[in-house]
Amino acid sequence: MKNLKENVMKVVFALTATLSIISVILICVFLFANAVPTIREIGISKFLLGKTWSPFSDIYGIFPMIIGSIYVTALATLFGVPIGLLTAIFMAKFCDKKLYKFLKPAVDLLAGIPSVVYGFFGLMVIVPLVRNIFSGQGQSLLAASLVLGIMILPTIISVSEAAIKAVPESYYEGSLALGATHEASVFRATLPAAKSGILAAIVLGIGRAIGETMAVIMVAGNQAMIPKKVTQGVRTLTANIVLEMGYAADLHRDALIATAAVLFVFILIINLSITLIKGKVVKE
Amino acid sequence: MKDKSIKVAERKALFIRSLVYLSAGITVFILFAIIVYILMKGIPHIKPEMFQLKYNSINLSLMPAMINTVVMTGLTLLFAIPAGVFTAIYLVEYAKKENFFVRMINVTTETLAGIPSIVYGLFGYLFFVTKLKFSYSLISGALTLAIMILPLIIRTSQEALMSVPDMYREGSFGLGAGKLRTVFRIVLPSAMPGILSGIILGIGRIVGETAALIYTAGTVAQYYDSFLTSGRTLAIHLYSLWVEGLQTDSSYATAVILLVAVMIINALATFVASRIKKGNKEE
Repeated sequence: MKNLKENVMKVVFALTATLSIISVILICVFLFANAVPTIREIGISKFLLGKTWSPFSDIYGIFPMIIGSIYVTALATLFGVPIGLLTAIFMAKFCDKKLYKFLKPAVDLLAGIPSVVYGFFGLMVIVPLVRNIFSGQGQSLLAASLVLGIMILPTIISVSEAAIKAVPESYYEGSLALGATHEASVFRATLPAAKSGILAAIVLGIGRAIGETMAVIMVAGNQAMIPKKVTQGVRTLTANIVLEMGYAADLHRDALIATAAVLFVFILIINLSITLIKGKVVKE
Repeated sequence: MKDKSIKVAERKALFIRSLVYLSAGITVFILFAIIVYILMKGIPHIKPEMFQLKYNSINLSLMPAMINTVVMTGLTLLFAIPAGVFTAIYLVEYAKKENFFVRMINVTTETLAGIPSIVYGLFGYLFFVTKLKFSYSLISGALTLAIMILPLIIRTSQEALMSVPDMYREGSFGLGAGKLRTVFRIVLPSAMPGILSGIILGIGRIVGETAALIYTAGTVAQYYDSFLTSGRTLAIHLYSLWVEGLQTDSSYATAVILLVAVMIINALATFVASRIKKGNKEE
């Protein structure tokens, strides 16, 4: 009797553990079962490289959105990585315990703020700021990248801080003993040793930026065109899905699902590179 | 007398130090700017009529959204906690190290953690809303969110279970307890604070989620009738106000409540985490 219970529960635990696997399979099946025939119907090059997105005339080219996502993500990384990385260095090597006790929850809180709240803050503060400084409508590539740059800060800070802290103290002490300053020791001895971890942090940040939806649609303007200036509006892959899914039907709806599939492929590539980088960290 | 190269090195150090301090300052400034701005602008806009039980286009009540958020959180956790904790128990207590099945679980869990919420939303729409015909409903939303926070619950529970010393298990076995009894009576209680902090983080994600819910739970502004009807959460409420042509006052008020909720949840998580550290020290 006791043995039966033990065995039954063991099977229950094992079955529950398959939920992750089942979920990933289901997500792939439902996305790609809809997306692949759709992309075939539209034509793969017309879909991926088509510069016009016009559901009313049944033209579905997501090239502007792919470029939009890449632009927004690249600029956000440009803003977020230096500040995030330097903040991580501060937390790991420059601040005392008391300050750290305040900073750590602050960074966690930054990570916990909902993306709609970021979007709303961006809309009320950053968009008017961009409008006043550069004129134009304010809802722009620049505004979206600034908001996203802020949103990826906590990811970059906490992952690279952990990487910096994992470097043996002897690297830093050795450099100090050779007469280098505290700053030089941190930047020349400790940081290079943490570079795989820092790279993982940046790639994770990129993943967050490219997948972010709500904050972006509220500040980006969402015109389905490739922006020529940073002050022009931009539409990302994620925004494309949310904005039109509500009323889309038939091929239009399928084209949006295919957009999600393209986004999913981007994310899989990013995940794969994180796994590769992490493998390298373990080896080191 | 200082020699020149030392002076140069010092100047460089000073420059680098100021960059590092400046960046940390910017990070803290941004956080404070967001919190102070939303609280200052939002608190004056909180009015009693926003807490009426029924929503209409005049009072723009956020009470139904608040109730829906609480129910949505409970429902999601009901699915996600057993699934996540049982998976972690399997991985830590039962699985043989590194066979194909275990590797598959780990890879898929990592994959789930990286999927953007809008992809979850679309999947939830295709699977729960359309295929299983749950329509726009609380249950569709909760199931979607449960999958979304599953990796978080699995990872934190796994870490918590692994940090329980083997001594505890051996002691329990030595007294004649079976595996199952050991897991539920000895290991799980000691791992509870760690699991709890994971659950609290999960609650934070549920409360703040929008993209995964718009096309699963839907955006109906009323208190839900049953689990099979649509009801918007607070985060969706804020989004919907924007879609419907920004109702600034009500948006500010909603943002304040969301922000305060998240601050409480985070403080709770920090508190629980600090308890874990203390507990470990006492051992």
